[in-house]
Amino acid sequence: MADKILKKLKIKVWRQNNASAKGKFETYPIENVSTGSSFLEMMDILNNDLIEKGIDPIAYDHDCREGICGTCSLYINGRPHGPDTEVTTCQLHMRKFKDGETIVIEPWRAAAFPVIKDLIVDRTAFEKILQAGGFVSVNTGGVPDANSIPIAYEDAEESMDAASCIGCGACVAACKNSSAMLFVSAKVSHLAKLPQGKVEAKKRARNMVSKMDELGFGGCTNTQACEAECPKSISITNIARLNREYLVARMSE
Amino acid sequence: MSILESKIPAGALAEKWNIHKAAIKVVSPANKRKLEIIVVGTGLGGASAAASLAELGYKVKSFCYQDSPRRAHSIAAQGGINAAKNYQNDNDSVYRLFYDTIKGGDYRSREANVYRLAEVSPNIIDQCVAQGVPFGREYGGLLGNRSFGGVLVSRTFYARGQTGQQLLIGAYQALNRQISKGNVEIHSRSEMLDVIKIDGKARGIIVRDLVTGEIKRHGAHAVVVATGGYGNVFFLSTNAMGSNGSAAWQCYKKGAFMSNPCFVQIHPTCIPVHGDQQSKLTLMSESLRNDGRIWVPRKKEDAEKLQKGEISANDIPEDDRDFYLERRYPSYGNLVPRDVASRAAKERCDAGYGVNSEGKAVFLDFKYSIERLGKDVITARYGNLFQMYEKITDVNPYKNPMMIYPAIHYSMGGTWVDYNLMTSVPGLYSIGEANFSDHGANRLGASALMQGLADGYFVLPYTIGDYLADEIMTPKIDTNAPEFEDAEKEVTERLNKLFNIKGTKTVDHFHKKLGHVMWEYVGMARNKEGLEKAIAEIQQIRTDFWNDVKIPGEMSNLNPELEKASRIADFFDIGELMARDALDRNESCGGHFREESVTEDGEAKRDDEKFTYVSCWEYKGEGEKPELHKEDLVFENVKLTQRSYK
Repeated sequence: MADKILKKLKIKVWRQNNASAKGKFETYPIENVSTGSSFLEMMDILNNDLIEKGIDPIAYDHDCREGICGTCSLYINGRPHGPDTEVTTCQLHMRKFKDGETIVIEPWRAAAFPVIKDLIVDRTAFEKILQAGGFVSVNTGGVPDANSIPIAYEDAEESMDAASCIGCGACVAACKNSSAMLFVSAKVSHLAKLPQGKVEAKKRARNMVSKMDELGFGGCTNTQACEAECPKSISITNIARLNREYLVARMSE
Repeated sequence: MSILESKIPAGALAEKWNIHKAAIKVVSPANKRKLEIIVVGTGLGGASAAASLAELGYKVKSFCYQDSPRRAHSIAAQGGINAAKNYQNDNDSVYRLFYDTIKGGDYRSREANVYRLAEVSPNIIDQCVAQGVPFGREYGGLLGNRSFGGVLVSRTFYARGQTGQQLLIGAYQALNRQISKGNVEIHSRSEMLDVIKIDGKARGIIVRDLVTGEIKRHGAHAVVVATGGYGNVFFLSTNAMGSNGSAAWQCYKKGAFMSNPCFVQIHPTCIPVHGDQQSKLTLMSESLRNDGRIWVPRKKEDAEKLQKGEISANDIPEDDRDFYLERRYPSYGNLVPRDVASRAAKERCDAGYGVNSEGKAVFLDFKYSIERLGKDVITARYGNLFQMYEKITDVNPYKNPMMIYPAIHYSMGGTWVDYNLMTSVPGLYSIGEANFSDHGANRLGASALMQGLADGYFVLPYTIGDYLADEIMTPKIDTNAPEFEDAEKEVTERLNKLFNIKGTKTVDHFHKKLGHVMWEYVGMARNKEGLEKAIAEIQQIRTDFWNDVKIPGEMSNLNPELEKASRIADFFDIGELMARDALDRNESCGGHFREESVTEDGEAKRDDEKFTYVSCWEYKGEGEKPELHKEDLVFENVKLTQRSYK
């Protein structure tokens, strides 16, 4: 549909020079943004303005701009990835905003995701959780033919649903407890639903959950905010599956 | 023997890889533990290589500029991965995949490398399934396949529209496992800025810590560059914002030859450019061409009305639609290779039949397949792509045809490598999109993922041993060596120089200017006059950049503008070399279309007499003209024919 021009917007954004600096909000005006522009293109235009005015541009994470790499991470008007459903920030478009609006942008807020600069946070904690068991222990080579184990269509599809997680961290940002349960459960389900991953399912659930706890993520209290804000619509039924796997793992200890 | 020793083994094509594996050296487990390997980049090539090398027992250091290895741009590949499994019983074979790839590449790649790629392709699928990659399956529980452009069989494996993502997660999981075992040391948010040569051999790299700005030295017995392509030289492309050619360019400056840089792929199905505020183009998977029909109006007045927004696609009667691919190429129809489809779209748009306000788009219509198969089937196949299209364009593709236009997508050209994937610098390897070796002048769909994983899982882990077997007496590399000191100093000086220009224009200002010149003169159609003009203009923009770029922020902090400036400084040089290469190659082949070389009916015309070679450019110093070497391509198994998809 035909794009319109948003004549004036105000961008209220979190500025923090580094991990140890004290952060604060700053507000910048921006003019003439096409509703057909993506949110991050708006950020590019704003940064260009700031550079020209001699102000340090706003640092934010982004890369593929196709909604799949999971790098972008803005908390916009109180919602991870902003006011749309099933999108990452890079696929959010300016047609979701009104002329004259003040748009508030913050980084992910979670103890396990410390701010590096402005809107960029450190998500290394997610890496550590996956390193604790988010894999199938096979080396390269010496594996059986790909069709040697038939997998029910439904199982493959359910595994794929969970495997769609892009590791952006919106679930943690959306959760009042900063819980990483949706993220962990997506990986546990992705692998547990497949015969190749089933072999280590118990150990995987145990190790990943204990690493998650150790890294300072909060507990799950079933508010379902994570599912609502997940750009890939990862279902909280995965959390139920994780709880089951975890329980079985603990009982068999 | 020339300086270009390709090391292609003797023997029958189907036996070459086996013969080679039997002949190359192997390093003992005890010695592997003492040998360090640096792998730069964590896409399909880099992650699979780092994991596999670590499994073998080498000590690996892995680097990526992203915050996590999982984010490398391989994730963006949507449609699939090819493999010669012949699961569909449609007479596919290693030979057929090899032949399709050689032909698809317009006979500008090496027979032996391509055959090996086809040969190891089935192992990739086995490996990925074992890792837990959730490929699409049939109801009987076996793996599903789809077909892709440029081939007549169904050999493409897929994981919805996220095949690249799922394959990379597989490789990343393998990498994570090795990190947890302490066999891989991971350095994310780190960018390679130089490669170190000691006594002629690659011995390490210099990186900038992108968080603190600190310049660091890392030594190793071998260095593997898996840093992807240089498509962002065009400013607008389907590459990630951070994708860059700088690591490959540093290798070039240290003596690694750059091959066929003018071979870049323009993907036919991208969302068209809107306005002038755009920073990035979005790809729509080629798999859509399986069920979508491409057309423009037959009558120019209809096209003009579409451009003015007076009518919409659905107002145009059936008989007034020109399905130009089906018309021009009846046997392949909408599934012609990418270069052919892109040029045909440009031809129609240039003739005035474009369908958006800029006249630079064609329709990709699902009406017919929805009528034939039902909406549910189309949703199951392409649901996430349709959703993505609607989010970006605000148009529902179930009701209105998609609009698409070609965009820069992939670099077939890259660092020259021999059969072992080693560059012309001993101990320096290049794998995946970063090298030139397998796709000739045009890559077939679903073959990039195949090559990245073939190189990383099944080729490099064997061939690197042949070099490292002679390095077992080399002690741990001393990063206090003068070569490291000099390189660190040089890198720091260059960054300081950039930072202290304190000019008036942003980095993007120059990048856009460069991109414009590249698209105009080194894009889909090229000619001598335009290429010469491009070289002169690039040189001017580069001079302006080095005099007037403005980089805000601090050197010793996270500074995205400084990162961009450093990459774009290299893009000027890469762009210039691309233009030089395109100028040298006065023939049309694959993605490289010279207006001086066309057949009577307007198709690309190869000149096998003069151009059956790989161009290999040697760096001769700052501001000096590079020297062109040629590796002649020898075809013993396929007959060179004018490629026809009619």
